Amino acid sequence: MVLVGLVAARPAGADNSAPAKGEIEIVYLSTPGHDQAIAGVRVGIADDNGTGRFLGQSFRLNEVAVSDEKVETDPSWSLIVADLLAPQLLALADLPAMHDATILDVATADDALRQQSCRANVLHILPSRAMLADALMQYLVVKNWRRIMLLVGNEPGDALYAEAIRRAAKKFPVSIVADRKWSFNPAAQQADTGHFQVNAEVAEATRGEDYDVLVVADEAGNFGGQLAYRTDKPRPIAGTQGMTPTAWSPVFDEYASTQLQNRFQREAHRPMTARDYAGWLAARAIGEAATRSGKTDPQAIGTYMRSSGFELAGYKGAPLSFRPWDGQLRQPVLLVDDRSLVSISPQPGFLHQFDELDTLGVDQPETQCRLK
Amino acid sequence: MKSLRDCFASLAMTARELSLRGAPRRSNLVQTAAVIFVALLAPGPAEAYRLLVSNEKDNTVTVVAGDTLEIVKTIPVGARPRGMALSPDGGTAYVCTSDANHIEVLDLANLSLSGTLPSGPDPEFFALSPDGHTLYIANEDNNLVSVVDVPSAKVIAEIPTGVEPEGMAVSPDGATVVNTSETTSMAHFIDTAEKKVVANVLVGSRPRFAAFTGDGKQVWVSSEVGGTVAVIDAASHKIEHTISFEVPGVRRETIQPVGINLSRDGKLAFVALGPANRVAVIDQKSFEVVKYLLVGQRVWHMDFSPDQKVLYTANGISNDMSVIDVTALKVTKSVPVGHLPWGVLAVP
Repeated sequence: MVLVGLVAARPAGADNSAPAKGEIEIVYLSTPGHDQAIAGVRVGIADDNGTGRFLGQSFRLNEVAVSDEKVETDPSWSLIVADLLAPQLLALADLPAMHDATILDVATADDALRQQSCRANVLHILPSRAMLADALMQYLVVKNWRRIMLLVGNEPGDALYAEAIRRAAKKFPVSIVADRKWSFNPAAQQADTGHFQVNAEVAEATRGEDYDVLVVADEAGNFGGQLAYRTDKPRPIAGTQGMTPTAWSPVFDEYASTQLQNRFQREAHRPMTARDYAGWLAARAIGEAATRSGKTDPQAIGTYMRSSGFELAGYKGAPLSFRPWDGQLRQPVLLVDDRSLVSISPQPGFLHQFDELDTLGVDQPETQCRLK
Repeated sequence: MKSLRDCFASLAMTARELSLRGAPRRSNLVQTAAVIFVALLAPGPAEAYRLLVSNEKDNTVTVVAGDTLEIVKTIPVGARPRGMALSPDGGTAYVCTSDANHIEVLDLANLSLSGTLPSGPDPEFFALSPDGHTLYIANEDNNLVSVVDVPSAKVIAEIPTGVEPEGMAVSPDGATVVNTSETTSMAHFIDTAEKKVVANVLVGSRPRFAAFTGDGKQVWVSSEVGGTVAVIDAASHKIEHTISFEVPGVRRETIQPVGINLSRDGKLAFVALGPANRVAVIDQKSFEVVKYLLVGQRVWHMDFSPDQKVLYTANGISNDMSVIDVTALKVTKSVPVGHLPWGVLAVP
């Protein structure tokens, strides 16, 4: 029955043959021009097939573009890698046909999607903003750089990033000695002699208080890249620019990650970003669950992925797994600058009753997520 | 014997007193007596041997004397030397130079490079057939095991395996090769006559190393991320036992099993636990962990002395080699070597 549905539902022009025994379809959804995780998904599926061929399992990519206005699905889709923004992700998750699907979110870092807006059929691959902020704060505590100046951009994401920083600062504790909004025009740098103006503006914006680190919230990169060396006091930059907490970076080469960096570079002809890594992890999570469970049934794969026995090797040392309370992938967070790995959080000494990785982000006792 | 020992003790005392009084050096008498004494205490004619340590970062192989633990020579080799193997006649060592994409051949008589062998791209680890004629090489970047005929220096076969092949082991009879693939998480059993994979065994995450027991009946496979060692029956390809580790006060994720050395007498197994900075000592029969030995940081691979009374470990982060007394199960010494030491090989 399921097979018939699958074949009938395939869009014209797609491979119309019935799926072979042991074939697992991975659907990749993105809006046109925003398929930032696809290269990673492809490398991940190739890795899955490297294992699958020994077990009679094969993994097939079905790439589908969805429109901004309306998310349409095929009822046969069960394992979905969603490279979508929050509203589309929620629209997708709430479709009745998706009730039993497993949707792997490879695009968002929104804490709301893991908290009050969480969904039982969604797993989140990228670290949440709360995890990124905790990773940064742990490092600042280790360095004893406990006074920060926060500089927040004007985009909606910047406010959320700043909120995560404030929450983390309270938790550790790190004191925010100044909490400021960036209000200058970022375009000045492009004009000849514009650097004079930028320099003066940054000095002005950071004047008045002493602090240890300037933490910037500028997710779109409008001004954060123009702060270093221009501040009033000589202080390092961290946050969305400078030393950045991130899931992945091309500068990272520990834990055999060079292997993955090389594989990706060969396929995509460019360095691997955090979004690429998210795509790769999503495809590998499906592959690993299929391999370990020995199942090709998407439901069984989804169940195994959420089970306590699931362990994913993510080239960051510790095995990765999904938090049962909010579907977030627990993982170490890298702290990097443009050229080098600075550190990896959790920092040594930040202990946890069950799993040190859960010192990053929203832990079970504080979660507002009620999975349904 | 007793009187000699006493004699030495008193002489040593004299020497200490002399040096306390500011004497420039020990008397010749003391030195001579000491030499005689050491010679008499030595347990039979100890086999002279040397240790090669491959240093991943500075592209050298350090040669250490087995008796004095002093560095005899530092040999410059190709980029990123890692796995090493000794020819059955003891005259040649082979070194995987991963970033140079070939195998380098070390002449052990004069400790110099005598040539290269092809390897396929990014060779990380290899195993030599018992007759010394064939090298089985894991090509980490392209999911192959390359088979190299040593006398003719030619790649004679390429066997596709899983993603990121790494660990390699040849059975004592030479009939079977086991390769582990890190991303695929499998031990692939290869029939060396047919040159093809005959069985795939799913093990813990990121399997890095495989070793046959002396009788060839079991293969032990370490899984770095899984944190376990699988003991596989070589005939049935079934996992007989999975060994886990728990070191008090050490975070679980830092326990990353890598190198395995199984004693010839079938009694003990040694497993390097990577960033946990420990070597686990395991009873080969009961699979129980007997002891954890604290060694240098990021311990990778190990080798026994020829008499198997001493075990040497390459410690990647602390840039040294730890020396383990196998009888007492104690770490007795640390020897500084090159940067990022990866492998150790005892050679004549």
